[in-house]
Amino acid sequence: MTDTANPGVKQVFQLKSASVSMTALELHYFDNDDFEATLRDKISQAPGFFKDIPIIVSLEKYEGLDSELDFFKIIGACRRHQIHVVGVRGGNDDQRRLARGAALALLPGNSHRDRTHAPDSAAETPEAGGAKAPEAPAANAGEPAPARVINQPVRSGQQIYAPEGDLVILAPVQAGAEVLAAGNIHVYGPLRGRALAGIHGAESARIFCQSLEAELVSIAGHYKISEDLQDNGWKKAVQIQLRDDLLVVTPLDKA
Amino acid sequence: MARIIVVTSGKGGVGKTTTSASISTGLAKRGHKTVVIDFDVGLRNLDLIMNCERRVVYDFVNVIQGEASLNQALIRDKRVDTLYILPASQTREKEALTKEGVEKVINELSETFDYIVCDSPAGIEHGALMALYYADEAVVVTNPEVSSVRDSDRILGILQSKSRRAEMGQDPVKEHLLLTRYNPDRVEKGEMLSVGDVEEILAIPLLGVIPESQVVLNASNQGLPVILEAESDAGQAYDDAVGRLLGEDREHRFMTAQKKGFFSRMFKGG
Repeated sequence: MTDTANPGVKQVFQLKSASVSMTALELHYFDNDDFEATLRDKISQAPGFFKDIPIIVSLEKYEGLDSELDFFKIIGACRRHQIHVVGVRGGNDDQRRLARGAALALLPGNSHRDRTHAPDSAAETPEAGGAKAPEAPAANAGEPAPARVINQPVRSGQQIYAPEGDLVILAPVQAGAEVLAAGNIHVYGPLRGRALAGIHGAESARIFCQSLEAELVSIAGHYKISEDLQDNGWKKAVQIQLRDDLLVVTPLDKA
Repeated sequence: MARIIVVTSGKGGVGKTTTSASISTGLAKRGHKTVVIDFDVGLRNLDLIMNCERRVVYDFVNVIQGEASLNQALIRDKRVDTLYILPASQTREKEALTKEGVEKVINELSETFDYIVCDSPAGIEHGALMALYYADEAVVVTNPEVSSVRDSDRILGILQSKSRRAEMGQDPVKEHLLLTRYNPDRVEKGEMLSVGDVEEILAIPLLGVIPESQVVLNASNQGLPVILEAESDAGQAYDDAVGRLLGEDREHRFMTAQKKGFFSRMFKGG
């Protein structure tokens, strides 16, 4: 994407593609007092996280009347808490016209979003035992996202998701369970279920486990199923990484 | 306050009702006032195994819906007088078991009983969730084969996340593994998972191993909790399990194949 038409001349700016993960405020209805109260409550749970963050208002779950939707009030309330509303996602034509009137950017709200964010909702199923996914991912720039640490076995049917950083599991991951992380996955026990590391595309992510018995392992979308894992490192302590678009399994004692 | 124990498994046909009958009978025989509740609405079995099917007038759902009092619905066991049975409804929908209704009944039972044993239906649907929701302890009944182990693992996950203790953030439900239909001969031949295999996969403490036995089937057919067959190995194994449930330290038995001696081979015994 880098513009190289005139290499000799220093340009005012360059346009580059960027993908930024942002917090969406999923609006169900709008009432100024309720909105302020809820916002204050959320912020009190994680004051550091919300300071000076950009936010988009998602209208896909909006059930209130269009006439009640006052973006100026929403922006004002957020601004009072140092939150910057930058755009809206989804919504019908009337709602989007209101948003444009408030100088907000319009982002498409299509099914694509549901797909890419699917793990988000999955992590919130009540069955994902143990601690819940942190509601507020670390925002302090420069500080690495905290790893999510799980002490209990991840049982069949459970799904554990670390949306920002690494996932560390100090117990078995059972057959029929699924663990997902934006970063690395460490399993200090047998890995019998599915492990998906680098789910946002981080190709440097790795999977470590004490005994490889997995149904599936995946890094940045490149995966191997149990059948293809039998020959190398099966039931041994291994690390799995991506090299030239190939998943490579290395026993840890040879690493 | 009563201790609430759910007998559950995920998979059907592994011996939940047999186990519920024997554990509740064992607890009652030791003098603890015990009630066993059949949560399997529509597939009522516990009353058959406890041999009280001819004395069922009102059931669990009647009590929940206020059509009968607990005293009207509870059936007193004829063999052990500290044991009561609350039968399931055979005609209602399982949705009749509401969380509030079950709680009301369990709270009322808690006032007078020492132990409440909840016999869960198979599966992970509503009835099973209701049976485990209020549990303090869980006896996870597992057969030594992979599908049963997998389903037990699933139910353990549900105990960790969907029980009242999990939702309230209290101490987790205390989990016990009860391995049933265990046949050491077949384990030796590699046809069954061993105790060690199952313990290793499920990673919860072992409450007991019940050997596969014709006695279990016969007892069920006669409406006799097998724990009362005190001479049989299965009966003794259940008695050990109840002892361990109460904190006694008992050595595990019936886990190795009996070497058939010359005489027993001659007379086809053992």
